[in-house]
Amino acid sequence: MLKELHWKDVTKNIPALVALCMIAMLVLTAAIGPLLVPYDPLSMDLDSLKQPPSRAHLLGTDGKGRDILSRIAAGSRISLAIGIIASVSSLAIGIVFGLISGYFSGKIDAVLSQVFDVFLAFPSLLLAIGISAVIPPGLFSAMLAITLVGWAGFARLVRGITLSLKEQTYVEASRALGAGPARILSRHILPNALPLLLVAGSLRIGGFILLEASLSFLGLGVQPPTPTWGSMISLNRAYINSAPWMVLFPGLAISVTVISFNILGDFLRDKLDPRLQV
Amino acid sequence: MYILKRLLLFIPTLLGITVITFLLMRSMPGDPVTIMAGERATPETIARIRAVLGQDRPVALQYFNYLKDIATGELGRSIYTNRKVADDLLQKFPNTVKLAFAAMLFASVFGVSMGVFSAVRQGTWWDRAMTLLSVGGISIPVFWLGLALMLLFAFKLRWLPPSGMGNGDPVYLILPAVTLGTFSLSYIARITRSSMLESLAQPYIAAARAKGLTETRVVLKHGLKNSLIPIVTLIGLDLGSYLNGAVLTETIFGWDGLGRYALDGILKRDYPVIMGVVLFGAVVFVSMNLLVDISYRLLDPRIRIKEAG
Repeated sequence: MLKELHWKDVTKNIPALVALCMIAMLVLTAAIGPLLVPYDPLSMDLDSLKQPPSRAHLLGTDGKGRDILSRIAAGSRISLAIGIIASVSSLAIGIVFGLISGYFSGKIDAVLSQVFDVFLAFPSLLLAIGISAVIPPGLFSAMLAITLVGWAGFARLVRGITLSLKEQTYVEASRALGAGPARILSRHILPNALPLLLVAGSLRIGGFILLEASLSFLGLGVQPPTPTWGSMISLNRAYINSAPWMVLFPGLAISVTVISFNILGDFLRDKLDPRLQV
Repeated sequence: MYILKRLLLFIPTLLGITVITFLLMRSMPGDPVTIMAGERATPETIARIRAVLGQDRPVALQYFNYLKDIATGELGRSIYTNRKVADDLLQKFPNTVKLAFAAMLFASVFGVSMGVFSAVRQGTWWDRAMTLLSVGGISIPVFWLGLALMLLFAFKLRWLPPSGMGNGDPVYLILPAVTLGTFSLSYIARITRSSMLESLAQPYIAAARAKGLTETRVVLKHGLKNSLIPIVTLIGLDLGSYLNGAVLTETIFGWDGLGRYALDGILKRDYPVIMGVVLFGAVVFVSMNLLVDISYRLLDPRIRIKEAG
């Protein structure tokens, strides 16, 4: 069901290639960036408050004299970790319920589908606000909120794929040989659906990173003093006119990251399976 | 028939939404009763308040009472102002509607134009630039876009006011509407482009050209008109993104709507306010989707005929 993807396809498509390089850089930054940057992202330097970009501080400093480049590097860990972990966990939950719903039709399917619809009925940010407001804010609450926002969309997708795969002859053959639902789902349906699901998962990473940034901006994400891209913008937004670099650079980091993930996701979808269009 | 089925399915969705908000309400940190009673309340006072609030009853009964409250428009009171949340919501909602409507107008006009332009120049640099722009539009955080536009147009160029509502002066609406509409604009441009490419490849386009019609007329009258259904669907169903974006946009521009109300609630941990906005937003969202869906059945004979056949 999936077309093949060759390395040549990537190198021929300039935007996809650039996006891939940006993501590689981001991963590298998250992994070792905080070791390379010249300043501690939390240390305040009262002698260099609100410094514009210079050789000492490439992206300037904030209202407390903290180096913005160092803070952006530190924040990349949180954005990337939440984006990827939320994608994986919501995909995992979506797979479990989607398989069950698609394979056992009837009452179970009717109830589960209704549950998916209810979760999808909320505007995503509002649901995330509701969830993260009742849990003490932090890394865990942001991840949980994003996972609970994301899983139902995956579940609906998995359900649809399961519905079509369970009519395949190899599934029928396996059933005729006496295989139970657990074996059919785990050995036959899931492996065949997985490549498609991984593409679907990668398509959502950008959106999840954006959602994390929005929650952080609203004060519902990882709490200060730990820097996140979203909170760097909200804490400094009063300086937008007098010291715009404090706000512009963290926002640029979010934008470039999300654009890269979205371009790469679009590319994978077009190459592998145009049906995933959402 | 379809409409009846859709209406019947609407009820469990609404109930499901209330189950989720009810569960969220119950998992709120801090005990509202101890907050109400104060630090030095005796256990007897606390028990009495609990009995009044119905907190000593079984969960199922509490949920039932919660539903009864919602049905009568009672969403609780703000912990801080002691005002009724329902009253506040109704007072702020028109401002959000106004903003969302302006944003939607901006998104539709520019999104459709961009999409048509891209489709007509498929494969050119123009087309590629537009495609990149539309990816940018769904990737850039709304709150950052708003601040960047504010910096440029309000502080540097001084063309537009930076924030506030200016007693209804439409000038104050421009920056927030552009900020809020950009996300949706990008989706509209995408779907317009692909829908136009599809209809421009149809034989009737060649026929229209062969008749000697001008290219503009071919593209707009024969191409665009036949591409409109997916575009209009998207515009109608995309209201959720406006409610999401409104929270962030209103915060940036000091727009006195639901979004800013929600943020005030978040900052003060005013849970009845937060849950009121979440519940209200979800109900508005599903109701609008229902309306769009039903009006399609009524307006487009092709869908009706397919249903019957």
